[in-house]
Amino acid sequence: MTDKDPYTGADPKGVWFNRIHTFEAVDDATGQSRTVHFPKSCLHCDDAPCVTVCPTGASYKRGEDGIVLVNADTCIGCKLCSWACPYGAREYDDDQGVMKKCTLCIDRIYNENIPEENRAPACVSTCPAGARHFGDLNDPNSGVSAIVKARGGYALMPEQETKPVNRYLPPRPKQDSAAPSAPRMLKHEETDTNGAGLLARWVDKILSN
Amino acid sequence: MHPAKSVIFFTTASGAGYGLAFWLCLLGAFGLAPADVIFGAVAFGAALSLITAGLLSSTLHLGHPERAWRALSQWRSSWLSREGVAAIITFAPIGMYAISWVFFDTTTGAMGVVGVIGALAAMVTVYCTSMIYASLRSIPAWSNRWTPAAYIVLSLSTGAVLAAFLFSAWRFEIARIWALIAALLVVAGLIVKLVYWRSVTAAPSRSTAETATGLGQFGSVRLIDAPHSQSNYLLDEMGFRVARKHAEKLRRIAIFSGFVGPAALLALAPLAGGAAGVLTAAAVIAGAIGIVTERWLFFAEAKHVVTLYYGESRA
Repeated sequence: MTDKDPYTGADPKGVWFNRIHTFEAVDDATGQSRTVHFPKSCLHCDDAPCVTVCPTGASYKRGEDGIVLVNADTCIGCKLCSWACPYGAREYDDDQGVMKKCTLCIDRIYNENIPEENRAPACVSTCPAGARHFGDLNDPNSGVSAIVKARGGYALMPEQETKPVNRYLPPRPKQDSAAPSAPRMLKHEETDTNGAGLLARWVDKILSN
Repeated sequence: MHPAKSVIFFTTASGAGYGLAFWLCLLGAFGLAPADVIFGAVAFGAALSLITAGLLSSTLHLGHPERAWRALSQWRSSWLSREGVAAIITFAPIGMYAISWVFFDTTTGAMGVVGVIGALAAMVTVYCTSMIYASLRSIPAWSNRWTPAAYIVLSLSTGAVLAAFLFSAWRFEIARIWALIAALLVVAGLIVKLVYWRSVTAAPSRSTAETATGLGQFGSVRLIDAPHSQSNYLLDEMGFRVARKHAEKLRRIAIFSGFVGPAALLALAPLAGGAAGVLTAAAVIAGAIGIVTERWLFFAEAKHVVTLYYGESRA
């Protein structure tokens, strides 16, 4: 990545892709809301419009693993691929005059000089919560395919017809507050005296009259 | 979308240039325009200058203009590549026809066929330009059939307005009827553009903040925290908002300066006698201002679906 002036000055500039947006989804019926931290990266679409629109062939999708890449030596910097991508996965590098994008850390995932368990994209291997997963979604028996199946992984903006490969796992369901195992929820005016001490129960009795 | 000056200049100038070339080739081929040598040199000079200046401006805004030749390779899939190929091919018949007109005084017969081919090639090129935009599903305002319709009609009408000025400057007999034809083409342009604006405003896009995040299953979605504190490429390029505030006013400027004004001036030109040249020149100038405004709006008003990740609820 090029960072022209990433950390200093009033107007830092640079190209980077690993962004976390924060969204809130509010159920209009119940008023219940969920806050979701939402990472964005290239989805390596099967029908990638950024590849179709590229006039030079610099933008390509690898046959062997489906990773979408830019050949920086033949890119003319027309920016059309960034217009075609619905997900904002591409950025123009002012410094080098070419397009930049997430490479799925292609230099790490095939790197035989690093231990096999570390051969994952940096965003996956550094996530302290293990919220990101890496694997072959084309293989129905892979770990990621199993997770996607079990948790209802979904594609972003399927109506854009780009057939994104990456899947997002929905937030885990909230605990049912009526279930016996659910933690007790406090009400502003607690009337239940169960579990209170002898003195407290006596005072409660006097005051309740 | 960010309205880049180079692209606005390219689409309007080349559009008018191809339109003018289309009419010159077609009218010449059917013997409807006098094969005047000086007129041919000036008119084809103007058309080819507009086309070339537009193409150069679009090339120079590239990150690597020296690699522009590579853009000719992917014509099987990319409309931008097809446009490049079509633009270069179009130079051949139009250039041949212009040379034949200016240097050999020949505009009909076998050369007439070349002229008709040149006219068609010009419109194919304009169609390719329009499809660069119309093929982008990520920009719902562009991704409809009114985008190519508007590009073609506006190319034909702006070219016709230029031709009207040139015909009346040379006091050709065709000038009077042509001014009326040009006025009708301008009205046709206005109709297509009004339908375009109507369809853009009326048709709700399929993509929303809910589909963009997939969180619609939990309720209505809104961005509560942006991923960065500063602007970035996506917001600068796709999140252009200045125009929305003035969209109504700018549309009015585009309608009156680009269409109503030129159409009225052209309709009056046949009655103006010696002043026809002034009226058609005024139509050219008003039209240029209006069409540049229209093109600026075409970009500035178009919303990209990536803005759904940055606080828009509907693209």
